[in-house]
Amino acid sequence: MKITELFERGEFVVSAEVGPPKGIHIEHLLEEAKTYLKGVTAVNVTDNQSSVMRLGSLATCKALKDEGLLPIYQLTCRDRNRIALQSDLLSAAMLGIDNVLALTGDHIKLGDHKGAKPVFDLDSVSLLHTICKLEAGEDLGGNKLVGEPPKFAKGAVVSPCSDSVDSQLAKMERKVRAGAEYFQTQAVYEPEKFIEFMEKAKQFGKPVQLGIVILKSAGMAKFMNDNVAGIHVPQDMIDELKADKEKAKAGITGVEIAARIIKECKPYCQGLHIMALGWESKVPSLLEQAGI
Amino acid sequence: MLITQLKSKETITSLVNGKKIFIINCQGCKEVHFPEKEAAEFQKELAADGKVTGTITTDYICNPENMKLRLEKHMSEIKAADLVLVFSCGVGVQTIAEYLEDKTVCAACDSCRLPGFQGVTPLEYDCGQCGECYLNLTGGICPITACSKSLLNGQCGGAKNGKCEVDPNMECGWERIYRRLEKIGRLDALKSPVQIRNYATDDEV
Ligand code: SF4
Ligand code: SF4
Repeated sequence: MKITELFERGEFVVSAEVGPPKGIHIEHLLEEAKTYLKGVTAVNVTDNQSSVMRLGSLATCKALKDEGLLPIYQLTCRDRNRIALQSDLLSAAMLGIDNVLALTGDHIKLGDHKGAKPVFDLDSVSLLHTICKLEAGEDLGGNKLVGEPPKFAKGAVVSPCSDSVDSQLAKMERKVRAGAEYFQTQAVYEPEKFIEFMEKAKQFGKPVQLGIVILKSAGMAKFMNDNVAGIHVPQDMIDELKADKEKAKAGITGVEIAARIIKECKPYCQGLHIMALGWESKVPSLLEQAGI
Repeated sequence: MLITQLKSKETITSLVNGKKIFIINCQGCKEVHFPEKEAAEFQKELAADGKVTGTITTDYICNPENMKLRLEKHMSEIKAADLVLVFSCGVGVQTIAEYLEDKTVCAACDSCRLPGFQGVTPLEYDCGQCGECYLNLTGGICPITACSKSLLNGQCGGAKNGKCEVDPNMECGWERIYRRLEKIGRLDALKSPVQIRNYATDDEV
């Protein structure tokens, strides 16, 4: 099933993200997904996230699908040229994976193979364009595909609280023009900024899923403020995490904060995307507290 | 060594599009092959339309001090123009675009690589000799060398406080491009069609 069908029906679509392990055993991942992500419609699978080499996104998507979950295949341009990207897209379609999230990808320098060649033959925009071409029955080289062409629900990302929000909006527009049908956002901690962003993004007429990362500690919040693009955790949230360390450690504070953000932003967006970062077990209580 | 080729006449004509232009030629550099004859012929055609406010032909505009001295004498002609059209390698165009920061500065040439000795390109501007100069879509800032991922279709999500995700000491190239386009009133350039690089150019030269 394509996630876009749900948006079309006016559903508030919830997705969550899982990261494949550095190895070949995914029993644990599947078990967690089945146990904790029951209330979630679709599961994103990251593609060598942060340029750290891991089990493949496509193989993990297939395993999730076999378990009855709805996977979203994240595809970055960092490690593959246009031939490999198109080939992997055909492979995905052949395996019945028809939800794709097109990303440029983090730079190699952020990961664990710093000497690798950064590819970036395409970027998120030209990848979306490429998917549209394949859907029309032609590859990027202008050659005809044999038989029925693939069909995907094409997603993309945007960073609504970025300090370069104008530039992000311009990029979002470019993605829409290149074929993006829905958006997932970077983690939001500043609902006012998100709402302001949505006012401007409305013009594109595409559903947007609010990005949520559950805060695990004050240290994590400060780390993200210093190092992660598009994220700013306000001081009062950091203080809240600091106030009761045990409560924060148990995830209670983080879930409370996230639920508040969701409630505040829900009227302005069309879905929710949770990046649990290992805290998949907190997802059910988050959804419950947020009233979803 | 590198070679500069004129962009197609249609490309340049659509850039000029009836605007008043000031022309800068950079010639005489030992490391760059410049299409002097074709450029001169084409400029004659442009002048025949009566929209050229002035022309200078000089060498080493990639040296900012040198460039400033040459340009200053022609400031009134430059001010009278809507667009500055530069016939040089990518470094020359970038040097001028930075100096004339409120003007639309356009590249009339593409820079391609030639095997052999690579000229030492000076200072902070760099041209990757990508074969299809994108400076007209980016306000004169090279996306190939100013962006760590050489992105052609806009900023990635990695910039923080205007700095690149790869190096906190490096300005995000696309942040610079956005600001420059905003300044010269050319944000519409961000709506250009999807750009995909052609790596085959090296062989075709
Ligand atoms: S876009 Fe950059 S690398 Fe390509 S020719 Fe122009 S200045 Fe050189
Ligand atoms: S942060 Fe800016 S310069 Fe760095 S890779 Fe992204 S767009 Fe390019």
